[in-house]
Order: sequence, then C-alpha cells, then structure tokens
Amino acid sequence: MRRLLPSPLLSLALFALWLALNHSMAPGHLIMAALLAILMPILLAPLRPYPARIRHPLVLMRLILTVGHDVILSNLSVGWGVLRSHRCMPRGAFVRIPLELRSPAALAALSTITTVVPGTVWCELMLDRSSLLLHVFDLDDEAEFIAHFKSRYERPLKEIFE
Amino acid sequence: MSEMSWWVEAGVALLLVASGLFTLTGAVGLVRLNDYFQRMHPPALAYTFGAWCITLASILYFSMQEQQLVLHPWVIIMLLSITVPITTILLARAALFRRRQVQRLGKALMSPGE
Repeated sequence: MRRLLPSPLLSLALFALWLALNHSMAPGHLIMAALLAILMPILLAPLRPYPARIRHPLVLMRLILTVGHDVILSNLSVGWGVLRSHRCMPRGAFVRIPLELRSPAALAALSTITTVVPGTVWCELMLDRSSLLLHVFDLDDEAEFIAHFKSRYERPLKEIFE
Repeated sequence: MSEMSWWVEAGVALLLVASGLFTLTGAVGLVRLNDYFQRMHPPALAYTFGAWCITLASILYFSMQEQQLVLHPWVIIMLLSITVPITTILLARAALFRRRQVQRLGKALMSPGE
C-alpha cells in the first residue's frame, strides 16, 4: 500500500480534481482519475524530496478560514489604499520577520499564504531559513505587524507541519 | 433550461459587478503607484476577490440552471492560488536582485525609463 500510494492525500486530491474537471462519474473518467492518482505521485516523487505530513486537521481548517477572512479584509484595505493614493501614498515598506518554521512544506504554505493575501508579497527567504523579507503595502507599526503575522500564520503552520 | 428567479439573477449580477470593480481597482493601482514593489500588491485584488466573485457567480448561476450543485468552478480558485505565488515570487526576486545591483554598482545600470 505504501509503495503503491506514497502520498495518499495527493492521490486523493488528484482523483477528485480529475472528476471535478470532467464533471462526470463515467467509468472511463474513473479509470483515468485512478491512473492519475496512482502514477502522478510516483512520477513526481523525485521532485518532492521531503514528504510532508499534516498533523492537526482542525488547526488546518481554522487556518484556511483565517486566510479567507484576511483575504477579504485586506482586499478592502488595499483597494481603499489604491483609490485614495492620489491624496496620500500608502506607506509601503520591507519588513524582516524572524522565523521559527524550518520545514520546507510549511515554508511553502507560508509563502503561498503571504502572496495570496493582498498587501503582503513574499520577497526572500534567508539561506539559513532564519528570517524572511516581506514587502508590505501599507505598514503602520512594524513590531505590531510582525507579532500579528507570527501569531496568525506561523504558529498554526508550525502546529500542522512540525 | 428552467426559469430563474429574479433574486438569483440579481445576486449573480451583483457578484459580477463587484468582481469587475475590484479588478478595475487593481488596474488603477498598477497605473498609479510609483514604486515597483508597491505595484506588486494591486493585482492581488484581481486574482483573489475578482476571481472569487466570478467563481461564486458561476457556481450560483449554473447550480440554479441545472438544478444541482455545480461546484467545479471552485477548481479555478484553487489552481490560481497555487500557481500565482510562483510568478509573483519570481518577479519579486528579480526586482530585488536588480535593486541590489543598482545599489552596489551605482546608477550606471539604471535604464533611462526608471
């Protein structure tokens, strides 16, 4: 079983994705989905040197909701910042955030979150993974932003992946 | 095709207009902001809220039209939020590299347009 399905979650996601894309449960599509689900993880295994494990599904659900909520709020604030930029320019700035996360999967998830949430762009990870450089659209208080960022995204990711 | 009640059509229209407004705001930001890194932020409006509203509208519309839950447009959002960060981070890295080169080597490297 381990050898056939090295990463069951990825296989499940591919299976569901194929059926959703074709919007059908016909036997042909089921066979194709199963083939993809079995073959893709095996073919992609050399590209994923560190298998990731997800530990607390509840924390993961809460993190997804947090990110959804933050995306909506920061959409409004970035949109507002753009619309009033002729009167006062938003205070864009680079912020260096010290990191405790080390696992590659968690860092990948963190980079996806920071880029998807408007108002922050992931710019650079130090080579030793000790800190990361973010560009923030409208920075008010640097220390407060760092504390907020760490408690909101880094801590749940640490629980999930490490 | 079944008749759709007016409130479904109104909801779909509202979502489409909201999506258009957010995408337009993102485009305005792209034109108006003066720093490269600042300009990286407004397009996020298009690929988050803009895409979300359109997806929600199409889910609502086609679910009502086909009288069953049509959820597969959701795949668009998922794939967008997985793939967009790759190009965004590549752009940010390239800009950071250029900025550091300019800082190190002086203005000789700067193109006249900058």
